[in-house]
Amino acid sequence: MTLQAFLLAAAALFSIGLFGALTQQSIVMLMMGLELMLNGVILAAAAFWYFLAPAGTEGQVLIVVVVTAMAIEMAAGFAVVTAIYRAKQIDMTDGAAELQG
Amino acid sequence: MLSAILFWVLAVAAVVFGGLVFRVDSMARATFCLLISFLAVVGLVLLVGLGYLGVVIALMMVIEMVIMAVFMVMFMMNPAGLMPMSMFHNTRGSAVIAGGTFAVLAAGILLVDWPARGGAAAPDLTFALGEALMGGQMLTMMTLGITLFATIVATVVLATDRGRYDRLGDDLDASTADDPAGGGVGR
Repeated sequence: MTLQAFLLAAAALFSIGLFGALTQQSIVMLMMGLELMLNGVILAAAAFWYFLAPAGTEGQVLIVVVVTAMAIEMAAGFAVVTAIYRAKQIDMTDGAAELQG
Repeated sequence: MLSAILFWVLAVAAVVFGGLVFRVDSMARATFCLLISFLAVVGLVLLVGLGYLGVVIALMMVIEMVIMAVFMVMFMMNPAGLMPMSMFHNTRGSAVIAGGTFAVLAAGILLVDWPARGGAAAPDLTFALGEALMGGQMLTMMTLGITLFATIVATVVLATDRGRYDRLGDDLDASTADDPAGGGVGR
């Protein structure tokens, strides 16, 4: 149980989430990738707090911020999915390419 | 010793189930794999002594994943996983990017000379967190509050099918509402 082990697990979660967010065609699965990335950030924040600065509360506050960011990401993401599905019956990322340069 | 064993079990579970999210054949299973991954991270958060935050994350994630499962049934193909599912694009490029990210992060983690543990934890961590959020970190808390409120407004606007501007025009001055089906008492 060392800082490095914690951070390696967090980095693995972050990378897996990044892979999922980049590869998934379904918008819901893409959001799962984003959630997994934030999951890694939570773990890293907890590890940094415990192993480097347990006297302060900044690590805990950072976890609160990340958890809130997760909730916002889910809510806003599903609202966008609903709106885009209603407008164009799109549920795959490849269908929503209007902004492609 | 026990905490070391717990750490490795939970860390491996978090990563393995995180990976399974994108391997299983059904989105419902993917959701629950993600939930298990989250709960494993909750276990790790509890392991470092953050009891309150661990419980908050656990409660939030369980509800969040159940909501996700509902959306999955609404929008997605193959929710039950009765047939093989492959919904990838640009797998190779993404694998390179994700692998590269992990390599860079791991190199940083292993090469940086981390400072020693400074100070001791407060006796009551939950109390310390509450005091920080209501004191020194008040600005953070207020920003979170405003952001959450903006999210509520934005999600309602996005999820509304036909709002008043659709019914009564951009200036809200139409004499009769433009509804697909008439209703009311014939006025």
